[in-house]
Amino acid sequence: MAGWFDANLVSILNGFAIGSLLFILAVGLSIVFGMMDVLNLAHGAFFLVGSYLAVTFVAGESWAGFFTALGVAALVGLLAGGALAGLTEPLARRPILDQALLTLGISLIVAEVLSIIYGNDVFSVPEPPALAGSVSVAGSAYPTYRLMLIAVGLVLALVVWLVVEKTSIGALVRASVADREMVSAMGIDNRKVKFAVLGVGSLLATVAGVLAAPVYGARPGLDKTILLLALVVIVIGGLGSIRGALVGALVIGQVESLGRALVPDYASFILFGTLALVLIVRPRGLFAGKVAH
Amino acid sequence: MSEPLLSLSGVSRHFGALKAVDAVDLGIPAGSRHALIGPNGAGKSTLFKLITGAMPVSSGTVALGGSDITGLSENQRARRGISQTLQHSSLFLTQTVLQNVLLAAQRHHPGRRSLVPRRQAAARERARALLADVGLEQRSDTPVAALSHGERRQVEVAVALACEPRLLLLDEPAAGMSPAESARLVGLLQALPESVTVVIVEHDLDVVFALATSVTVLHLGRVLLTGSPDQVRTSDAVQEAYLGTGRESLFLDGTGPAHLEVS
Amino acid sequence: MSVVPDSTTEPAAAGPEVRPSPTRGRGLALRAAPLLVLFLLLAAVPLFVAPFTANTLSRILIFALFAVSLDLLVGITGLPSLGHAAYFGIGAYTAGLVSIHWTSEAPVPVLLAAAAGAVAAAATGWLAVRSGGVYFLMLTLAMGELVHQLAQRLTGVTGGSNGLFGIPSVRVGGEPLTLAGLLYWYVLAIALLGFVGLWLVAHSPFGSTLKGIRDNEPRMRSLGYSPFRYKFVAFAIAGGFAGLAGGLFAGLVRIVNPTDTGFTTSALILLAVVLGGAGTLWGPVLGAAVVVLVRDTFGPQLDGHGPLLLGVVFVVAVYVLPRGFAGLAGLATRRRRAPGGAA
Repeated sequence: MAGWFDANLVSILNGFAIGSLLFILAVGLSIVFGMMDVLNLAHGAFFLVGSYLAVTFVAGESWAGFFTALGVAALVGLLAGGALAGLTEPLARRPILDQALLTLGISLIVAEVLSIIYGNDVFSVPEPPALAGSVSVAGSAYPTYRLMLIAVGLVLALVVWLVVEKTSIGALVRASVADREMVSAMGIDNRKVKFAVLGVGSLLATVAGVLAAPVYGARPGLDKTILLLALVVIVIGGLGSIRGALVGALVIGQVESLGRALVPDYASFILFGTLALVLIVRPRGLFAGKVAH
Repeated sequence: MSEPLLSLSGVSRHFGALKAVDAVDLGIPAGSRHALIGPNGAGKSTLFKLITGAMPVSSGTVALGGSDITGLSENQRARRGISQTLQHSSLFLTQTVLQNVLLAAQRHHPGRRSLVPRRQAAARERARALLADVGLEQRSDTPVAALSHGERRQVEVAVALACEPRLLLLDEPAAGMSPAESARLVGLLQALPESVTVVIVEHDLDVVFALATSVTVLHLGRVLLTGSPDQVRTSDAVQEAYLGTGRESLFLDGTGPAHLEVS
Repeated sequence: MSVVPDSTTEPAAAGPEVRPSPTRGRGLALRAAPLLVLFLLLAAVPLFVAPFTANTLSRILIFALFAVSLDLLVGITGLPSLGHAAYFGIGAYTAGLVSIHWTSEAPVPVLLAAAAGAVAAAATGWLAVRSGGVYFLMLTLAMGELVHQLAQRLTGVTGGSNGLFGIPSVRVGGEPLTLAGLLYWYVLAIALLGFVGLWLVAHSPFGSTLKGIRDNEPRMRSLGYSPFRYKFVAFAIAGGFAGLAGGLFAGLVRIVNPTDTGFTTSALILLAVVLGGAGTLWGPVLGAAVVVLVRDTFGPQLDGHGPLLLGVVFVVAVYVLPRGFAGLAGLATRRRRAPGGAA
């Protein structure tokens, strides 16, 4: 067992790094759906925007470039989310499918605009200088940057947990997930909440894109792969549940990493198998936060 | 008296600390016309859902014709012969009156799984006959969305009867009906054959006393009294429940928390 | 269909009770006449147009069948799928592999394609139809992407990202169909059979049960129906017809790419359904025509950025055409009927 563990340590750590990224992505997607009933299929495209921003700004391989990319990505994410809130507002009383179709159209547009700007090349993005090396973990060399990703994911999980469980904003979030009508009946402007929620949710997507760039690079089609993984995460975890997003992300991170390392040809089957298994046992995910209509 | 058609023993439903239905025992003989009444919050609607299977019991057993159906889902119970009309009219709005009844009628005639169009003469005839019974034969090709509230209740009854029930459960069928319409409803229900047992939840006590051969009064989730209409009318306990303590329980309507529990 | 002989053979015997029959027969004849004219027009097309146009029309017919199969899910059953291309792609790969390794003799590849689509849909659908709404949307999307990834990874079988090429021409009675016109007739014949099949399902007692589930699932349950079973069968049938369309596609273009199973294709065909008007069956045919024309006619002029235009169409359609072209037609007829609409 210990031997197996040592042999696969790198894969396991990679799994945690991927899990961290997926958590950042999925928590945004999940909160937006849980609170606002908007299934944002442009979430993956927003992620890819972040990755390409990293390509643009990290060219100098400096901390300044990295943080500029993060800052610009955060701003772009906020604006994109706000725009999305405005666009979906007229559709609020229509079936969920209509909003999903709108975001689907937006994701196609965004992905194509990116490929017009950046072409169809595959870009790789260097890590920020101080994190470019590797450190020794239990005898194996492991990239420092990915360890940092794991740390960022853990910190974010902690922050989200604190905000949701301990603050008044969090109380509002929880109330909205449970019963949105009640919150608007309490006299809170639903539209403002929607702008804020979609803004923050999309910000998480673009920021995750920047953070992921040194691992995944930037290429056309990455948006769909990422969206798929994030959707699987929240389906497994349960829509609207933050704990579910965390557990789902960690599970799928390991499935992606260990699965690809151990049985490369069957990794997709394992991904789907995990999804199927969870849904057979818990049709609404592990931590079903709300009753989906 | 033979075994009751429907028997509940120790049936309870809790929502957290609230006991919406609390250890109800009830035996309803085949062929009877039984009314469930009680002030708001007495647990009538919850009990109704526990019988139809729309909501699982917290404890206790439900038996139909002597066999335990507690573990069966709503659609399995419907196939055993439980049919219902719902308190909030629940029809297929985009379809015509006839199509609505036909959906129920075709379940009991061959060909419902057919993948090619069929005339379904038998089911169609049954549906038209039922529409004539409830007085809607002229409206059979009207979309349900265009009907008045009272007419929709009539369609509900036709749909419920089209399921060929052994046990017909009616949740406030006369709500929103004009006096003429509710008189017609009472006539229709009185004319049902003995093979159909009727359980009715109704606020309109005129309808209840015109129809029921036995009445159960629920209060705060418990059975207060089961007896003949005359016994109920003269019972002091019932008077008190409706006029006295019943008022306080207005805020504990058993249907409230039920919405959160739909699975 | 059984209505036709009843009402047309004995119109003279119509007593007062059976009076609806002749009018119904006449109504059917009136409705059938334009369809017959349309069919003759469609059949005559290759006599008058260039091979390229015949080829485009063939593709429109195939995507129309694909779109109508999706409409059985989206419009009739109320299950919006974002992974329907999976079954189209499985059908296309099946037909391609059958043609390469066994026979390309006419009905064999498409029939096996339909069977493969139905089996694949049944194998995955039970999981998707257990849950409704957004879960269904996400699960179908996930399953579609899974099939897409498999198509890309199983290079030994599918040719990977190079695609499955070298598919031989369809043969009828041993003769290869190489002329665009002949191929068009073949596609037209099979696609029409597909349309008729889907129309029959949608108008059968089974189909009205599906519509009941779409409108009010809890009520169907209380009537004693098991929505799961009906949705499952509908999903498998839709997968079968999508597979049939995929089989036709493989025979027409003679190369199958992983993208034919992927998210973009699924999104495209959902767009066709929504654009045309879900639930009407004829609307998605129009929607598919528009989508194919936009993608294949204007797309190449955009340097391969056709999806950009499609994205814009998506966004516009959601706001401007909430019920698709069928909604526009509905408005028109309602307006026409409005003056005498009291009765």
